[in-house]
Amino acid sequence: MSVISAYVGRAYRELRGEILVLPSKTILLVLCLLLFLIPAITSDAYILRVLILASVFAVFAASWDLLSGFTGQMNFGHALFFGVAAYTSALLNLHVGLAPWLTIPIGAVAAVLAGLIVGIPCLRLRGPYLALATLAFPLILTGIIYVFPGITGGERGVSGIAPLTGVRVIDYYICVVLMLILGFVMWKITGSKTGIIFHAIREDEVAVRASGINTTRYKLLAFCLSGLFAGIAGGLFVHFIRIASPISTLHILVSFQVIIWAIFGGIATIYGPMIGVFILVPLTEFLSVVPVVRDLRMLLFALVILIVLMFMPEGVTTWVRDKMEKECPRCKVRNVAFRKSCRVCMADLRQR
Amino acid sequence: MIEGIIVSGLITSGVYALLAVGFSLIFGAARIINLAHTAFYMLAAYFIFTFASILGLDPILSAFVAAIAVTIIGVLVYKFIIDRVRAHETAVLIVTVAIAIIIQEAVVAGFGGHFRGVPSLVSGYAGIFGVKVTYQYILTFVVMLVVLVGTWAVLMRTKLGIAIRATAQDREVANLMGINVARMGMITMGIAVALAGIAGAVVAPLFTLQPYMWMHPLVMVLAVVVLGGLGSIKGSFIGALILGFAETLVVFLAPEGAFLKGALALTIMIIVILIRPEGLFGVSFEEER
Repeated sequence: MSVISAYVGRAYRELRGEILVLPSKTILLVLCLLLFLIPAITSDAYILRVLILASVFAVFAASWDLLSGFTGQMNFGHALFFGVAAYTSALLNLHVGLAPWLTIPIGAVAAVLAGLIVGIPCLRLRGPYLALATLAFPLILTGIIYVFPGITGGERGVSGIAPLTGVRVIDYYICVVLMLILGFVMWKITGSKTGIIFHAIREDEVAVRASGINTTRYKLLAFCLSGLFAGIAGGLFVHFIRIASPISTLHILVSFQVIIWAIFGGIATIYGPMIGVFILVPLTEFLSVVPVVRDLRMLLFALVILIVLMFMPEGVTTWVRDKMEKECPRCKVRNVAFRKSCRVCMADLRQR
Repeated sequence: MIEGIIVSGLITSGVYALLAVGFSLIFGAARIINLAHTAFYMLAAYFIFTFASILGLDPILSAFVAAIAVTIIGVLVYKFIIDRVRAHETAVLIVTVAIAIIIQEAVVAGFGGHFRGVPSLVSGYAGIFGVKVTYQYILTFVVMLVVLVGTWAVLMRTKLGIAIRATAQDREVANLMGINVARMGMITMGIAVALAGIAGAVVAPLFTLQPYMWMHPLVMVLAVVVLGGLGSIKGSFIGALILGFAETLVVFLAPEGAFLKGALALTIMIIVILIRPEGLFGVSFEEER
């Protein structure tokens, strides 16, 4: 009994000391809880479908952030990981008959291998060269898929894949819980020692190497981790949509889309890209059901992004967070904007 | 067949060269990866279509007007949109993609998604070594060659060219030498978009127009630029020749494998950068920290 109460007490202290002191974390917590309540408010299949897709894409966007936002290794071909996992899951399910709970992890492992295959040659490249070279890989895979239409279904893709569970509400909870867990894991990774090294590589790779850290190994690790999470997203996506086609998983616009979500949300935060997805995916869906603007939805989508980025070039969440909170100049701990002194080191915050 | 490969390969390479040189220039002078670059090429083609097929103007006149109009639009877009977010490298990527999508959707809204054709700028054909080559192909090829040589001459022989190359090499030092770096960015953008506009204008009669025609050239231009080395005009030119001919060969030799043309060209690029990470003629930029 005392063990349980000790844990509860600790959880309560964590909640009060770490989460409720910062508005950004409080808002995140409220949003997460809201996601659990949505099936109680509405059981509309369409709304749940949009939110399931948003959850899957949130993992996908966050995995891009883990690689490109943190280590600065701009990946223009992130659809490769998504597509490799989607096709692996789909083909294993269709031809071997494995269940979704087996095909999704295997697909994710395949995506990790894809991360290695892309990572090893591309690590010699820097900056724009890397970005432009990674763009090529999903397109090469698309070409291979077109060459073997017998196995891969060619342009029309693979269809007839087993659904996750077949019940919309259960699918919803699986995707949302997985998204929160994977998002939390990614967020923890970025806060760990490895995450700090990722961050340092983006800021100054030469300095990191000079500190005796094998940056190549860490960059490869970033590729593999990112591939793992993107792969899980790809597997979930294909078992939910139940069709794997080159257009929906490997197209150049899929690669661009994930970058749009991540940068719109705010990179190098993990939760930023996820919030970006939860803003932009419902927005796109909303635009495509309103009859007047249906034909102009892509135009409006692009205009929204253009205008938002012109005023908040660092992304929406980063902009909002910087309005609500400020960083202590001495100990670099974040504080609510209205505090007069830092909550940890009591340094004066009023001058800034 | 061989003559077909040569003619078609030269045209494809020429388009890629014009686009890649512009892309490379704007990357060098302003450090912008302009993913909307080929959207301007598409816009020029559609302008010709508007002027020549809908308004009934003379095709050659419309080609000129189209190229100039696209250049003006490009400079305005740079001044009012791209330049504002330039400090944020990642925002530039998305903003340029957004511009490309806006142009694409504007074209869809204005012309619909069907395939469109543009009449030849000149009619008739000439016999070269016993092969019939239409004047349109010859005109396109000559214009591309003249423009490429002209760009090279401007970059290598004029004061403006030296200023652009200096800005590309080191922005800070160029600034200290009294070069207006911000204006160089705008002039370079103008030149780059003009090259894309000319490419769009001269090949419009040879290709079919559709609102998604910017995507394939974009991928190929990125490949050409990486293959040849960012910031190198010679590299872009030779990279364009290699990839343009590789693509044409696939289309001619394996007609059923036409969808492989992009994949093969990109594989060539990957192999080359595995051997030479900075591309064939890469200029190494100073490490920016």
